Amino acid sequence: MPETVLTQPAETATATAPVVAAVDIRKQFGAFEAVRGVSFEVRRGECFGFLGPNGAGKSSLMRMVSSVSPATSGTMSIFGLDPRTSGSQIRARMGVVPQTDNLDQELTVEENLLIYGRYFDLSRAECRRRAKDLLDFVQLGDRAQSRVEPLSGGMKRRLTIARSLMSKPELLLLDEPTTGLDPQARHVLWDRLYRLKEQGVTLVLTTHYMDEAEQLCDRLVVVDRGQIVAEGSPAQLIREHATREVLEIRVAASVVAGIESALSSLGLRTEVLPDRVLLYSNNGEQTLKDVHELGITTLSSLVRRSSLEDVFLRLTGRTLND
Amino acid sequence: MTTPVAVRVWEGQIRTVWNAWRTSVALSMTQPFIFLAGMGFGVGALVDAGDGAQSSLGGLSYVQFLAPALLATTAMMAGAFEAMWPVHDGFYWRRTFEAVAATPVSPRAVVNGLMLWWTTRVVVGVGGVAIALVVMPSTRSWGIIPAVVVSVLCGLGFAAPIASWTATRTSDTPFAALQRFVITPLFLFGGAFYPLTALPGAIRPVAWVTPLWHGVELCRSFTVGNSSPYGVYVHLGVLLAWCVAGYLACLVTFDRRIRR
Amino acid sequence: MSTGLLRIAPHIPLRVRRSTRLVERSIMVYRRTWMIIVSGFFEPLFYLLSIRIGFGALIGDVEVDGTLVDYAQFVAPALMASAAMNGAVYDSTMNIFHKLRNAKLYDTVLSTPLGPTEVALGEIAWALIRGLIYSTAFLVCLVALGMTSSWWVVLTIPACALIGLAFSSFGMAITTYMRGWNDFEFIPAATLPMFLFSATFYPLSSYGSYAWVVELSPLYHGVALIRALSLGEVEWSMVGHVVVLGVVSVIGMRIASRRLATLLMT
Ligand SMILES: Nc1ncnc2c1ncn2[C@@H]1O[C@H](COP(=O)(O)OP(=O)(O)OP(=O)(O)O)[C@@H](O)[C@H]1O
Ligand SMILES: [Mg+2]
Repeated sequence: MPETVLTQPAETATATAPVVAAVDIRKQFGAFEAVRGVSFEVRRGECFGFLGPNGAGKSSLMRMVSSVSPATSGTMSIFGLDPRTSGSQIRARMGVVPQTDNLDQELTVEENLLIYGRYFDLSRAECRRRAKDLLDFVQLGDRAQSRVEPLSGGMKRRLTIARSLMSKPELLLLDEPTTGLDPQARHVLWDRLYRLKEQGVTLVLTTHYMDEAEQLCDRLVVVDRGQIVAEGSPAQLIREHATREVLEIRVAASVVAGIESALSSLGLRTEVLPDRVLLYSNNGEQTLKDVHELGITTLSSLVRRSSLEDVFLRLTGRTLND
Repeated sequence: MTTPVAVRVWEGQIRTVWNAWRTSVALSMTQPFIFLAGMGFGVGALVDAGDGAQSSLGGLSYVQFLAPALLATTAMMAGAFEAMWPVHDGFYWRRTFEAVAATPVSPRAVVNGLMLWWTTRVVVGVGGVAIALVVMPSTRSWGIIPAVVVSVLCGLGFAAPIASWTATRTSDTPFAALQRFVITPLFLFGGAFYPLTALPGAIRPVAWVTPLWHGVELCRSFTVGNSSPYGVYVHLGVLLAWCVAGYLACLVTFDRRIRR
Repeated sequence: MSTGLLRIAPHIPLRVRRSTRLVERSIMVYRRTWMIIVSGFFEPLFYLLSIRIGFGALIGDVEVDGTLVDYAQFVAPALMASAAMNGAVYDSTMNIFHKLRNAKLYDTVLSTPLGPTEVALGEIAWALIRGLIYSTAFLVCLVALGMTSSWWVVLTIPACALIGLAFSSFGMAITTYMRGWNDFEFIPAATLPMFLFSATFYPLSSYGSYAWVVELSPLYHGVALIRALSLGEVEWSMVGHVVVLGVVSVIGMRIASRRLATLLMT
């Protein structure tokens, strides 16, 4: 009896066919509609991102793509298969990193990987080989025999990612992969994800972090309240939904109340945030001069290039880290 | 005047479990009736029909023999259980006791609070049995009051020593072994279901040492008669000795664990 | 023989083979706590000894269908059946609920090719394996204490497996409806009366005109089956008991895998 039944990508469709194709997907939880008609396509070998605030419906979408959560309506096709009828075949070719780590607390670090490989019908020897490589890959080699519970949050995250790679997936779903990681660990992880992409793995990730989206994603969609509000490459989105530069100023609390009307004469898009005021312009320094000419005293000011964060603010009316 | 700290610890325990307990109280009230119906009357009919059963049960019917003993076994079960998983829970999973160490509450107050809590728990646990004893004419007697007091001592006689040991454990694995090798055999061989004289002479002394048999004997003699004052003092003495020794041991081990 | 096996093996449905992965996981976990399983051998010993020493002496013989049977021999098989029930219920309720709600184990499992049916099958299989170990221990004690009088007693092992199957599928089905740990209070409320009133401690005839109530208890059919095998009073009517337990198993399994699907695949 063959021990290894690792499904090889059956090249049924052409190489350009999308890995994931979703048309008008909706997801209803009781009376509440978490996803309200979303369509998107993920192409082979790209890194595709879902960007959105808390409760936007990112995780709901991810769970539908991972074929464990049936869509209320709409059609979805993954590897050209229907998740409602071929969930098992789809999941065999996919790796999943859920938003909250669900490691097996009763097993050791290494055993977590071994048994996960066994769920994919890999032989024991193969599981051991892959587990060793992956533990090195996520720098947990020296913790192989440790229980899961005492690991730090970041270590658990890395182990979850290693686990998702046990089956050598063609498609990797990562729900907020770097939440809870320190900056250094985050950069290490980005590097690892880059390498996976180079090897031809298709990545789908969700994130709150603009820098992450800018760093990793070839294309992304901004999701808000269950709907897609923008779509494109990071550069494209910045071009379309923000200006070249952004001026950030801080003013005394007493001035904040009337500042919006005071600045209106400049004719620029303005965002008044609790701790600062943003002005979108193509020349930040010039705008700062204009502000001072209006007789507004600033406590501090900063001119920077606009980022996805600004796109996000523009599209959803909310900052990300609120 | 402020509430003594121990009372506040007790109150905390009560609050934690009250929600979980509403159904539990109702169910633990009905279970003794079911158990007595099945064992006392059902098996009792067979026992009472058997030859020579009357003499070996000291002239009691089987229901009279079994029902009071259930006060003591129920107290033992409740006390032993409470001293294992929930105490471990307090130290290890929920760490409530460690959290207490950061407040002015002393380890001694924690122990006092738990003693109060175990008392409550045992009283609630044996409540159903006590009601059953009062309902059945053949076991109805004012002796139920001292019998409930005795079952509290019996429960504490298990809870306190076991809790002092639990405080020294870092995992919950040995609890199953204690349950299996101490509590279950005592339940079966401790003189509740049949007289101790049925056991081989060599293992009877084991029963004499543990609190259960003394509890069983006292509950029986208070409710269905045949008590000798001498016997009562000896039984009470053993029960109290277990409670006090367990309490003192708890003071030591809880102090070590909490201040660690 | 071996070629025959090779020809058969690939036909084992993928589902069944996949569900054994969960058994593998359980073995991984229990490897570290084998003491708990081994010490389980002592429990039947204690119960059987207590019955023999205590009740045997108090009661002597009971009359079953016109023949006199030693009381200890009468009760021992019933205890074996009850132990199979209790073990299965424990494994399929507390254990499963913990994995379902606290440990989120099945969320992990469902991100792999395994589905809810495989989860249900795998967990029931594990409950059966544990039950098998336990009932073997029971059988060894029964024989060692001379509390059985027939070679048919060997068949009590598969009979216990059937009881285990019925109660673990049913227990699992019920567990999927549990809202919190508090609901577990109701399990002894169901198993205790069953334990006491399934012709466990006295013959069905003692229930008089209420015998039909006893026959509603699935445990009664397990007790009757095992008692007949242990006393060597094998007859065709026992097929009825097997059928009842089989039906309970199938219904329980259907409900369990359906409910797991709705709980996990939301
Ligand atoms: N199983 C469920 N039952 C009911 N409502 C749900 C369920 N899962 C998600 N929701 C609701 O659907 C909405 C979207 O949730 P989702 O988890 O997809 O958001 P998200 O974009 O991942 O948010 P976050 O950034 O906080 O992770 C939320 O309002 C949430 O309360
Ligand atoms: Mg989410």
